[in-house]
Amino acid sequence: MHKTALHPEHLKLGAKMTEFHGWDMPLYYTSILEEHHSVRSAVGVFDISHMGQVWVRGPGACGTLNELVVSDLTQVGPDRACYTLLTNEQGGILDDLIIYRVGDQDYLVIVNCANREADASWLSAHRRGEVEVRDISNGRSIVAVQGPHASRLLDEVAGTRVGGLGRFDVVPLPSLGEWVWAARTGYTGSDGFEVFLPDQAAVRLWRRLLERGAQPVGLGARDTLRLEAGLRLYGTDMDAATSPYEVGLGWTVAVHKPSFLGKDVLMRQREGGVARKFIGFEMGEGPVPRHGCAIVAEQRRVGTVTSGTFSATLNKPIGMGYVEPACASPGTPLAIDIRTKPYPAVVVKLPFVRAREQANVAAGSSTPLTGRL
Amino acid sequence: MNIPGDLRYTKTHEWAKPLEADVLIGITAHAQEELRDVVFVELPVVGAAVKRGDQAAVVESVKAAFDIYAPVSGTVTRVNSALTKSPQLVNQDCYGQGWFFAVKPDRPDEVKTLMTAEEYAKTIQAEAH
Repeated sequence: MHKTALHPEHLKLGAKMTEFHGWDMPLYYTSILEEHHSVRSAVGVFDISHMGQVWVRGPGACGTLNELVVSDLTQVGPDRACYTLLTNEQGGILDDLIIYRVGDQDYLVIVNCANREADASWLSAHRRGEVEVRDISNGRSIVAVQGPHASRLLDEVAGTRVGGLGRFDVVPLPSLGEWVWAARTGYTGSDGFEVFLPDQAAVRLWRRLLERGAQPVGLGARDTLRLEAGLRLYGTDMDAATSPYEVGLGWTVAVHKPSFLGKDVLMRQREGGVARKFIGFEMGEGPVPRHGCAIVAEQRRVGTVTSGTFSATLNKPIGMGYVEPACASPGTPLAIDIRTKPYPAVVVKLPFVRAREQANVAAGSSTPLTGRL
Repeated sequence: MNIPGDLRYTKTHEWAKPLEADVLIGITAHAQEELRDVVFVELPVVGAAVKRGDQAAVVESVKAAFDIYAPVSGTVTRVNSALTKSPQLVNQDCYGQGWFFAVKPDRPDEVKTLMTAEEYAKTIQAEAH
């Protein structure tokens, strides 16, 4: 199995390890629920170095990427990031990713670990103009710092003012070393940052964050946090057969962009509709819904659960999945088949938890609420 | 590892405590350690007949659900309804407030055929290797 540079740190902390797409990663250090609460109420740190880092640079970088993703990257200024989807000719999602414009002609593309090689090859195969595509994952790590105290903690450790960054801003952090960037992005729904840096710098950063009281958080809580935030997981909630319009990510599609792979199929779907819709649902007391559970309405199967967990913040089981469009409105009563018994559920608007807004209210902050994710 | 000497044990990590009128049943410290955060428990119905080795309850953590097996055959006399509102009792006090259900055994001697604390301790050690 592959190991990140921080692997020895996880073992030192006594983490319960698990295999994730060929990587030996920490599932939890103390408990999933405890780590989840730490992120929502204070600050947690994650080793997400299994994800891929692909460097795309040159005058042809924007044009190359722009033909392959649904967003309009000409609208992404320097020092800004963009959540977008890589699509194929049928408008199916090959991956979801965040592109960080770290320079005028330099883009750092962060991809899901399972798709690392495939995405790098794909980008390389579709180069246009003068552009270099390089998978720079080896020798590099990613540390996420998430929670209401994240900016204070990172400011202390990095000796900077990352607290001044807006959502989806990206900035170099030379105080932590060369080739280090921090961005105000994350996969938890709470405020926070992701730091992209060489391995040795990552080990130093990790230790300094822990010394100052950050809770190490594993993949178990990463999943419960992202689910509360309504964030999709590639490979679980969507795959190459999924259209952005089916999975509720139509907002990422820049309809005025002249061309990109799959655009004609997507525009037809935008007009004509799709056959299934992605929803969130909440349950009362009861078992946890899981990937593959049937969703039933009026004694008829109408869909399938793709992600389910126990929400530590709401103290109830929650899940996401696909249903027939007629059953997709918030408030629609459903039943989820769990181990052959139906349990009541109700459709809710995503996200389940607006963690950043709630944290702001709790802190009495006057920071305005901005942006989507 | 916490393995009270006055209880009996199964290979599947249930404990059994013979009382006056019935046998109290729960899961061991080893089991709840492995599970971590228990978020849901499905209990049998009072009055149901259970057979030794058959699935009688379900315990669910954030990551997965696991079957709990009846250590003895008999009739369910009571269930721990506190676990509905507070499933975390299983983690906090697995031999006490985290009990699952009780069974009036068909054969009162059957519980003595279960493993002792020493025998159970040995099986856990063997599992670790």
